[in-house]
Amino acid sequence: MAKLTINGKVVDVSNGMTVLQACQTVGVEIPHFCYHERLSIAGNCRMCLVEIEKMPKPVASCAQPVMDGMVVHTDNDKVRKARQGVMEFLLINHPLDCPICDQGGECDLQDQAMAYGYDRSRYEENKRGVADKHMGPLVKTIMTRCIHCTRCIRFATEVAGVEELGAVGRGEDMEITTYLERSLTSELSGNVIDLCPVGALTSKPYAFMARSWELGKTESIDAMDALGANIRVDARGNEVMRILPRLNDDINEEWISDKSRFVYDGLKRQRLDQPYVRRNGKLEPAAWSEAFAAIAERVKSLRGEELAAIAGDLADCESMALLKDLMASLGCRNLDCRQDGAKLDPTQRASWLFNSMIAGIEQADALVLIGTNPRLESPVLNARIRKRWLAGKFPIGVIGERADLTYSYTYLGAGPETLRDLVGGQGAFAEILKKAQRPMLILGQGALARKDGAAVLAAARRLAESSGMIKDEWNGFNVLHTAAARVGGMEVGFVPGQQGRDLEGILAGAESGAIKLVYLLGADEIDMRRLGRAFVVYQGHHGDAGANRADVILPGAAYTEKTATYVNTEGRAQRTKLAVFPPGDAREDWTIVRALSEVLGKTLPYDTQAGVRTCLTAKSPVFSAIDRIVPAQWGPFGADGPMDAAPFKSPITNFYMTDPISRCSNIMAQCTTMRRELAAATGEARTGTGS
Amino acid sequence: MALTARSLLLTELMKGLAISVKYMLKRPVTLNYPHEKGPLSPRFRGEHALRRYPNGEERCIACKLCEAICPAQCIVIEAEPREDGSRRATRYDIDMTKCIYCGFCQEACPVDAIVEGPNFEFATETREELMYNKEKLLDNGDRWEAEIAQNLELDAPYR
Repeated sequence: MAKLTINGKVVDVSNGMTVLQACQTVGVEIPHFCYHERLSIAGNCRMCLVEIEKMPKPVASCAQPVMDGMVVHTDNDKVRKARQGVMEFLLINHPLDCPICDQGGECDLQDQAMAYGYDRSRYEENKRGVADKHMGPLVKTIMTRCIHCTRCIRFATEVAGVEELGAVGRGEDMEITTYLERSLTSELSGNVIDLCPVGALTSKPYAFMARSWELGKTESIDAMDALGANIRVDARGNEVMRILPRLNDDINEEWISDKSRFVYDGLKRQRLDQPYVRRNGKLEPAAWSEAFAAIAERVKSLRGEELAAIAGDLADCESMALLKDLMASLGCRNLDCRQDGAKLDPTQRASWLFNSMIAGIEQADALVLIGTNPRLESPVLNARIRKRWLAGKFPIGVIGERADLTYSYTYLGAGPETLRDLVGGQGAFAEILKKAQRPMLILGQGALARKDGAAVLAAARRLAESSGMIKDEWNGFNVLHTAAARVGGMEVGFVPGQQGRDLEGILAGAESGAIKLVYLLGADEIDMRRLGRAFVVYQGHHGDAGANRADVILPGAAYTEKTATYVNTEGRAQRTKLAVFPPGDAREDWTIVRALSEVLGKTLPYDTQAGVRTCLTAKSPVFSAIDRIVPAQWGPFGADGPMDAAPFKSPITNFYMTDPISRCSNIMAQCTTMRRELAAATGEARTGTGS
Repeated sequence: MALTARSLLLTELMKGLAISVKYMLKRPVTLNYPHEKGPLSPRFRGEHALRRYPNGEERCIACKLCEAICPAQCIVIEAEPREDGSRRATRYDIDMTKCIYCGFCQEACPVDAIVEGPNFEFATETREELMYNKEKLLDNGDRWEAEIAQNLELDAPYR
């Protein structure tokens, strides 16, 4: 511990801290541009100057380690004069274009110029002009505004793990540029927009669309992957203008993936804004009552075992819980929320959760990735793995596809045989796992969504047990999901009941005619041709594969348009909030199921959101612990059996288009094209886009 | 006595008539309004106009500062990058029935685009005609540019 005097106040702080951090602990704010708590220290903006007694000159507090007995002054005349000098130098070359700058209103430089700036310039020479750089379809650059804080370079190198941004030249002539002016190939590139303290890097799709002060800000949860990143949805009127990350150290720190950030334009296209009923082979607009009547007409003549329901990747827990209850009251046990066919074991919670928790990655000391490419399936989680890897002594083994994961790893093999060897304790990596104190494995959907998925699950469990991953205070067995709805569906119990059919059974039944009505709750990723002649009800928000095949369409709400519960891959229940209203006649999803139940004569007893929530809490304890984790008990799961020799493959080939919303997004389409072109140009298979 | 004499001699009436006659011979102080108009201060805040640069380029850059400062919230702006990449308003609406003619928009504008010109004769027959759009405002600017420019120049020394 070191004892410091900051502005006359005595504080004790731990030794490794910097003066700036020490000041922050006592609530003394120090202006800064280049310092960022999640990036390395650069010390090049000089805005954080403070006076430390017995030092001859003002000191950059962000780069100065604390020492016992330091006496720091952060707000005296000398310090203020120094900062004013720094600010004047920064403003020499910064253009006066705040009125047309997208950062205007939320700009660090603007704010600090109000505090330390002078209202006129003494500089008579020409200002520096810098050519704008191309950084792909997401990041717009106006490099004349750059103040050379190098946050973007440090982010790309350290967090994103792509060394594609750099600086050329020195002093006034320094320029930030991408390698050969190519687009950034990171799935996290959008974060440089937030990091840039000025308007040099701004969002290209959001360019000139709105001002920060006219946006309504709603704190919500992302549904583009299973991470459940915390986001802020900024809307003007009834239109989502942009999506920004929100701080949550347990989940996404302060990053979100490009898909989470830029998918919002998909929310405005291809929307289902009124019910449709298929008449004479054509979908025709209908009223809600007509749509419900068409379903009731069909259900009336069917027995429970002739019905089935499949929940999709974006379904919220409320609607799944109500649909489950409705199906149960109709005598139907054919339910499945695993539309990719993953063999998750519904009997054991531990079998489908990320038990170590996302923040727990930082405590682990060895890792095996099985059938997963976290860079595509959850880029922010991948950044966390990279963070741990950068800290050192973190051997990583990969079973599955070879891919550029932004960190180095030992490639163990492609498929189940390697997993079997590892369980058997063969190979050097098995030794590493045995020696590790807190080893962990991450099992991807690519390893589970196959015929022998249950056997792979059992093998992974055995690996966890045999290599010391399961301890009293540590559970190293982790499943990484790709869909926001999956864990929620498992917690709700949206799985086949006794003698009920699972996804494969439902599809086979529909093909053979045993299943006569299929209720798709936003399920678009199944093979629609296999639904045969079944009557298909589609409840969802986008006109995708499901709506195309449907006989009745019930328009629902997307994740930004409802207050709903999602459970992330760790089993953390979180709530989205309504940021904008669903378009047209579309309604919140649980209300649709509730209204339908009344028409079917099986009225569900939930009339309010609070009522639905009590229904949820009755189904699983996770729903009464919002934002917290309910640890899972360990127990046997999976089914031992023969494993197919086929290699594991990640289910995601194109990171930018994985669900109905992102498939409708123009920005995501541009990203996909950009990646394809880049892959073709460089001839490298390092990008996330499959051919 | 004096009262009776004054009443009999109608002196008050005469005095009054004398004033009338005096003013009849003077120049009138009223204006024959539609044909005659009083002088206006260069700071007069009348009908709004959007100005252009001498080369014809519209000045407004859709920074939305006028929208932000407007106390009556009568300005609505939407922006988009124009083909050449510059920031321009795709929509600039002023609800003249809401406007309180405070002139804050003019003060806030960094490029002297939105101004309140010298025109005060824009009464309309219908309410809808007072919902101004960008086209109408630019048109106003073109029509009144000479006066507006002169007023700005006259007022400049006091700013």
